[in-house]
Amino acid sequence: MTLSAELEARFDKLLKSYPPGRQRSAMIPMLLYAQDELGSVTPELVEEVARRVGVEPLQVEEVMSYYSMLHRKPLGRYHVQICTNISCLLTGGEELWQHACKKLGIGHKEVTADGQVSLEEVECIGACSWAPALQVNYAFHHQMTPEKLDRLLDSLRKAQ
Amino acid sequence: MADLVNLTIDGKPVQAPPGTLVIDAAKRAGIEVPAFCYYEGLSLQAACRMCLVEVEKMPKLMTSCTLPVAEGMVVRTETPTVAAARKSMLEFLLANHPLDCPVCDKGGECELQDMTFRYGAGESRFSENKVHKPEKQWSPVVFYDMPRCILCYRCVRICNEGMGVNALGIVNRGVVSEIAPNKQDHLECDECGMCIDICPVGALTSGAYRYHTRPWEMEHVGTICAHCADGCKTTLGVRNNQIIRGNNRDRSGINDEFLCVKGRYAFDFYNHPERLQSPLLKVDGKLEPVSWSQAIETVAKKFQQVREAGGKFAVVGSNHTSNEEDFYLQKFGRQVLGTGNIDHHRTGDVPALLDALSGKTGKLAVSADLYQRKAVLVVGADLALEHPFLSFQIRANYRHHQAHVYVVTPRPVREDAVAAVSLRDACADVFGPLESLRAKLAAEPELVIVFGDVVKGEAVRRLVDFGESLGIPVKYVALVDYSNSRGAVDMGLLPDAGGLALPEMLAAGDLDAFWVVGANPLKAGELRSRSAFVVVQDMFLTETARAADVVLPAACAYEKNGTVTNVCGEVQKLKKALGTMGTKPDLEIIGLIAREMGAAPVMGPWTAEKVFDEIRRSVRGYDIPVPVVAAGGAAQTMPVNGRIPLDGRPDLIRSARDSLFTSGTLGRYSKVLNSVVESRNNR
Repeated sequence: MTLSAELEARFDKLLKSYPPGRQRSAMIPMLLYAQDELGSVTPELVEEVARRVGVEPLQVEEVMSYYSMLHRKPLGRYHVQICTNISCLLTGGEELWQHACKKLGIGHKEVTADGQVSLEEVECIGACSWAPALQVNYAFHHQMTPEKLDRLLDSLRKAQ
Repeated sequence: MADLVNLTIDGKPVQAPPGTLVIDAAKRAGIEVPAFCYYEGLSLQAACRMCLVEVEKMPKLMTSCTLPVAEGMVVRTETPTVAAARKSMLEFLLANHPLDCPVCDKGGECELQDMTFRYGAGESRFSENKVHKPEKQWSPVVFYDMPRCILCYRCVRICNEGMGVNALGIVNRGVVSEIAPNKQDHLECDECGMCIDICPVGALTSGAYRYHTRPWEMEHVGTICAHCADGCKTTLGVRNNQIIRGNNRDRSGINDEFLCVKGRYAFDFYNHPERLQSPLLKVDGKLEPVSWSQAIETVAKKFQQVREAGGKFAVVGSNHTSNEEDFYLQKFGRQVLGTGNIDHHRTGDVPALLDALSGKTGKLAVSADLYQRKAVLVVGADLALEHPFLSFQIRANYRHHQAHVYVVTPRPVREDAVAAVSLRDACADVFGPLESLRAKLAAEPELVIVFGDVVKGEAVRRLVDFGESLGIPVKYVALVDYSNSRGAVDMGLLPDAGGLALPEMLAAGDLDAFWVVGANPLKAGELRSRSAFVVVQDMFLTETARAADVVLPAACAYEKNGTVTNVCGEVQKLKKALGTMGTKPDLEIIGLIAREMGAAPVMGPWTAEKVFDEIRRSVRGYDIPVPVVAAGGAAQTMPVNGRIPLDGRPDLIRSARDSLFTSGTLGRYSKVLNSVVESRNNR
């Protein structure tokens, strides 16, 4: 399959980052970068990554089915990940999660009809000091309240 | 050798080389440490935690399968703490494992069942529902029952590492993890069934064996596989005169536990519906069933007439019959019929190799050499498809001993994955690529050269010259096709000087009698001597048998005693596993014809033991130790040059290039070989 020039360059760099014969180590970062660009991990991508790192497609499937951050279906343009692990739970993370579900009318790993926003309930994202926390794509949002979440979700829904 | 490490296991002083794992050191000292995921020869997994042991000065129980021995180490393998830990591990493994032992194929030989009995974890404190998924069929021979699986990864590792196929993986995680095949809902692989054999529980089951019997209800007969020339021992499970399974879990042969799809499943030709069970006699152009006595009498009378009239005989032997039968047949041809027109389908130039090695000793490799020698050179053969066991040996050598593998073949082969250098000889001249490897090969401490039928005649001598000029110890294997192709050559199923070779027999217009034992020369050819009296001994009504005047139904390799010689010249014993009504072993058939012709005194008794005795005395190189063979072992022949006169006809040597799923004419009659999807994929 054809990939963008940036992705090609990234793949090349990744494959060179590991000692000869250990190219399969590049599999997870390759899948993550490609997922960011393509929106999901397609069967063609699985084949492509398998070919490039020198394993069978089944061995990429093993990784795909193990890790929860690799998706086979496209997520929303803005992927909102709300932490409900211990620190966030104690400071209202659970309520934030319920609030977001209700407001958007979607659940775990679901996407709004317009494809703009998707929701995911996640385990610790390493922001306990600023709990409750959530993550939109790669950006963190700290010390969230239902009001702040409302404003955030409204802006995401309108954002282009 | 490095100094041995001293340690104590269960109070026993034990010595082991550095790097030995505690579980292996214990095993060598006669102490069994149970394990599901640990498997000798495969990579470490450390997944089951059954092999926990107590080690002094270590804060907690250790997995003995990943712990190397250390000086002064004190290990205890059966303390109450260890037993309690193992019991709770079993309780975990049984959390989702169904208690369906009474219907499970593995019952009676199940490692999980044995351990549960030993540690008494039969009752569970878990009250949750067990995870259940329906059973899946992945191929005609492989079934997977997810709830029984304990995720030990043995099947995944034997497929990836042992077979080099990578057809199995583990998908999902946690309690819903399961084994997955490479094509979503089915397998496309070697169909070797190694995964089924190695499964410690009943998660992977065999299409041939499932729900047929219990292990203790079968008789286990260790004999030699009837297909390719590698000579793997297959232990047939026989019940009520039926073969129910083939495996080699007792690791009794040269092949240890290895078997391919043919050895494990393709025994099923013996009860094919088209199997001949009565002699046939051509009456008015049609083959009609007759009694054995009538058939033998007809053949003997006709042979006698032809002999008395000074007529012309031609005899074709088999690549599958035993050494005794081959020897007896050529003796009959030469001494009773007085003909030198004796041949078989030649598949590799063994005579040329023996000739080229004149005056040298220790030059012929055995199958173990492919696992032990530091370097292997494969010339012109796709071993993984044509000689699966030799291919398995080379992969194991690479994994365990980092052997250097060199490949010179026309097309990409599986050995490329473990090869130091792979070269493609597009123009079919192997010596160009070989010369380019000279410096590398000469730098190896030792070498085994395995070559296929692309190297024959003068080229064999050139190859041996090349090998001997490297200045290192080199051993050779000349590849041949079938279970006793090597024996056919050794026993002298080759024409005398001036005798007719197989194509010349077919082309001759003046044959008076044409006798074919276990071969199918008319598959592609035609017999010009239309008036010749044709006698065929075979299991099936092949193209050749159809053209016969008398067809004598022969017993298959699993229905007789005797010996066969594998591709490396290792002689092994065939052991009778069952009988099929109406058939007779070829040795007996030839003996009966001899008796009817009054030639019994010349031929001697037609029992396998007596004939083998004569072989030992008269075939050079076959003076092998009888107890080794009698006890089910393999004894290498020590051939001396000059035994077989070279007729200088390399053009007659042609390998059939059978794949994993074909086996000459015999393969047509195996239901399994024809049912697996790969046989249609032209793999």
